[in-house]
Amino acid sequence: MKFGVLRFPGSCDEVDALLACRRYGDAELLWHHDRDLHGVDAVVVPGGFSYGDYLRAGAIARFSPVMESVAEFAADGGLVFGICNGFQVLCEARLLPGALLPNEELRFICRQMGVMVENPDTPFTSTCAAGERLSIPMKHMSGRYYAPPEMIDAMEANGQVVLRYAPGGPHNGSLHDIAGVANATGNVMGLMPHPEHAVDPLTGSADGGKLLESIARAVESRVAA
Amino acid sequence: MRARVLIRPKEGILDPQGQTVERALPALGFTGVSHVHVGRMVELDVDDPSQLDRMCSELLANPLIEDYEILDA
Repeated sequence: MKFGVLRFPGSCDEVDALLACRRYGDAELLWHHDRDLHGVDAVVVPGGFSYGDYLRAGAIARFSPVMESVAEFAADGGLVFGICNGFQVLCEARLLPGALLPNEELRFICRQMGVMVENPDTPFTSTCAAGERLSIPMKHMSGRYYAPPEMIDAMEANGQVVLRYAPGGPHNGSLHDIAGVANATGNVMGLMPHPEHAVDPLTGSADGGKLLESIARAVESRVAA
Repeated sequence: MRARVLIRPKEGILDPQGQTVERALPALGFTGVSHVHVGRMVELDVDDPSQLDRMCSELLANPLIEDYEILDA
C-alpha cells in the first residue's frame, strides 16, 4: 500500500510523517498545487503552519488544489489522517466536525502526552486495545477542540471520539479532553498529538506507529476483500 | 465599496484573550470592566458587496466558532 503525505508551504512535519509511513508501506509527498493524488491508498495531512496559518490555523490550506482532490478521495471512502495542523485543515475543510481554538492558557504546549484509545474499532486504531494508553508527543498552539454540545454528544454516541487525553497533563482546554476525532463514516480522522514522532523506541516511544500500522492494515485488508 | 467585517468569538465559547485583557485592565487601575471579548476586524474594498456574506461564511470567519457582522466603512 502507498501513503501520500501532503506538503503545503509552511508544513514542517511532512518528512517525519513520510519516514514514519515508510515503516508500514510505501509513501510519497504530494505537492499542494498538484490535483493528482498519484494513486495513493491513504492520505496524511501533516503538521506545521500551512500558508503561515494566517487568518485561522488551516483556513487557507483548505482551498489548495490538492485539498479538492482529498475531499473527493474522502467522499469515495478513502482514508485521510490529519495530524495537528492537518487536523485543523480537515476541520476547516469540513471533512471533520468541530474546530480547534487557541489553547486555553494561550501558550504553546510541547511535551510527551498520554493518549487513551477510546475507539479501537476504526481503520486508524485497529492495532490498539480499547482503553490503551499511548505515549505520543504533542506540540501545538491551537489544540483546544470545540464543537457545539449537541454535536459532541452525537459524536460520543457514534464512536467518533477516537482519542482522549489521559488525565493529568497540561490542558489545552479541549472539550471532553478530546485529542482525536473521526468523521461520521469513520474514514477521516484528525488528532493533535504527533504519532509520526513516536515510531522508534530510540526517541522514547513507538506507540504512534500503531496508528500508521492500523492504516496500512486497513488498506491491505480492503485490497484483499 | 469599502467594507468592514467584525468577527468575534461566539457567545459561550471560552475566550482566553478576552479574559486576559479583562484581568490586565484592573492591574493598570481601570475598574468596572467586564465581559471583554477580543475578535478581529477585516477591512476590504469590494466591487460586489452582495458577495460579502459568502466571503465571511466561507473564509473570513468560521461560523461554527465565530459570529461576524458586515459594516459599511
